[in-house]
Amino acid sequence: MTTEMKQVFSRPDSLKDAATHFCPGCQHGTIHRLVAEAMDYFGIKDQTIGVASVGCSVFLYGYFDIDVIEAPHGRAPAVATGAKRVHPGRPVFTYQGDGDLAAIGTAEIIHTANRGELLTVIFANNTTYGMTGGQMAPTSLPGQKTSTTPVGRNVATDGYPIKMAELLSGLDGTAYSVRVAVDTPKHVMQAGKAIRKAFQTQLDGKGFAFVEVLSTCPTNWGMSPVAANQRVADEMIPYFPLGVYKDATA
Amino acid sequence: MTKRLFVKGNEAIAMGALEAGCRYYFGYPITPQSDIPEYISRELPKLGGQFIQAESEIASINMLLGASSCGARAMTSSSSPGISLKQEGISYMAGSECPGVIVNVCRSGPGLGGIDASQADYFQAVKGGGHGGYHIIVLAPDSVQEMYDLVMLAFDMSDRYRVPAMILADAVIGQMKEGLTQHRYVAPDDLAPKDWALIGEGKAGEQKVVKSLYLGDGELEAHNNKLHAKYAVMQEKEVRFEAVELDDAELVVTAYGSTARIAKTAVRLAREQGLKVGLLRPITLFPFPNAAYQKYASNGQKVLCFELNNGQMVDDVRLAIPRSEVAFYGRAPGAGSLPTPEEFLAQICKHYEA
Amino acid sequence: MANKIIIDEMLCKGCALCTVACPQSLITMATELNKHGFFPAVISAENLERCSGCTLCALVCPDVAIKVFRGVKVD
Repeated sequence: MTTEMKQVFSRPDSLKDAATHFCPGCQHGTIHRLVAEAMDYFGIKDQTIGVASVGCSVFLYGYFDIDVIEAPHGRAPAVATGAKRVHPGRPVFTYQGDGDLAAIGTAEIIHTANRGELLTVIFANNTTYGMTGGQMAPTSLPGQKTSTTPVGRNVATDGYPIKMAELLSGLDGTAYSVRVAVDTPKHVMQAGKAIRKAFQTQLDGKGFAFVEVLSTCPTNWGMSPVAANQRVADEMIPYFPLGVYKDATA
Repeated sequence: MTKRLFVKGNEAIAMGALEAGCRYYFGYPITPQSDIPEYISRELPKLGGQFIQAESEIASINMLLGASSCGARAMTSSSSPGISLKQEGISYMAGSECPGVIVNVCRSGPGLGGIDASQADYFQAVKGGGHGGYHIIVLAPDSVQEMYDLVMLAFDMSDRYRVPAMILADAVIGQMKEGLTQHRYVAPDDLAPKDWALIGEGKAGEQKVVKSLYLGDGELEAHNNKLHAKYAVMQEKEVRFEAVELDDAELVVTAYGSTARIAKTAVRLAREQGLKVGLLRPITLFPFPNAAYQKYASNGQKVLCFELNNGQMVDDVRLAIPRSEVAFYGRAPGAGSLPTPEEFLAQICKHYEA
Repeated sequence: MANKIIIDEMLCKGCALCTVACPQSLITMATELNKHGFFPAVISAENLERCSGCTLCALVCPDVAIKVFRGVKVD
């Protein structure tokens, strides 16, 4: 009897063997890996079209070994709609941050979901504008200090954080809307399952699928990666509860 | 196919687009061009195409970007305020080298303006319009027949150069009805296959990335120079214009679109009075027919530019023939009733004698 | 050793999320900087002996810097 070393965790095939530009502790990297694992799971790497948005995830094409179209800020769901209508047989997903999806892109995401477009949208919610240096996002929490709310978000003048998974779940065109996090191994596994299901929803032709992933931005929160990760559990999850908000895939 | 039809300009655009193989249309209603999405919503599904009335003009230009990235012939249409909304998307298409046709059935502005015809979007159309210093192909029809013919040309030129193309029409030509003779679309034999586009079968080998972001040192500069090299080729090979009685003209009238129709009548009236007047009508506004102006209007002729605006194309005329005397007569946007041929004739007479 | 992890020193950005995820706290941060200017995560040979191959560290690593191997008995 001998012992063999079997590799039980490795880089997914759909994820290029490249170091990323993300900050230490930024969970874009984790989310990218989960999306790549989903593509590997379904064997759709060569079919999938990614639509990159504007934000820290703009370099999507540098990390996923797939065809990519770059969209203007907020417009990825519309660009994805055009692509999917031309190539209905190819899976198409968008990957967007809070500013892109919940500020400038609200019309596009709502109407794309409303039309029930067969798309998968991955929404990285880190309550801040990362790439541009930490300004308030539509999802920034009340009292949260950002570079444009230096004394803290004041709901009276700045409004309340927007809950996208809930909002989109109210549309008939949405088949699957879920919120997950990647702050603990257990949550990472649940997030992986949700992202897989969001692709499954498209592949089965059930409708629009949306996954909101709570994640960190240690640099712009001014926190260490470990402390930032803890903030997800302590502050974000209570405000943005995890869970399935709509599942009409049966 | 040879039966002569009586159709609206807007419908002629839609008919020409479908005949040219456009199977994807994304648009939004706005006066005076809503006939275009209405016609297409009825006819395109019959051809197996996809029609989307999008949530805004912004969404529709972005759907066009997505469809074009996938190699499809796709179109959007709007009118002035909606075209303003599309500028960022058009800039992305230009930077990403995505072909596609954008129709502007101009109304008057600025702002909400009016719904009557104007030519106040000339600068926006030919000088780039969006950010970044690019150009798009701009074609200016002056009749229902040209609406039909030029939209086909727009698709061909756009695909040939991978440059977005605009049909710059106006409310009058969009809404008027005239005779139209349809013809079968024949694809030019010099259109290269779209091997840069995302294909239906999926990725085979290297990933394809359709983007306009270039951050590497010198990359974007090289890219911009490449775009401008294309425009230079277009300037050499793709100029189109109409010359009416220019050979012996002592005064050259110049105008495009609806204004050119009125000017044509005024020129005829002037000739009947014995005045040696001709008309130079640009059909491509970009590339601008500089050489035509140099040939017909830079040998001592007087030049008179008519526009439905406060003076836009006249700047390009003056740039083309800097040593000529170029006068301008315009009617500001919101003129409502169009100038009459007699009004133009009075201007012709005034400048002819001066 | 029965199981092991390999942390790629050049991919690791020293975020330390793996140190929190490991149920046995086997991972620590190096005291020497790597070429990118980070203190990467490391696991001592001694700690490696106790690694259960649970993959929790790899699951939370944003940089896909950790490979996990399990010892499998074969006849």
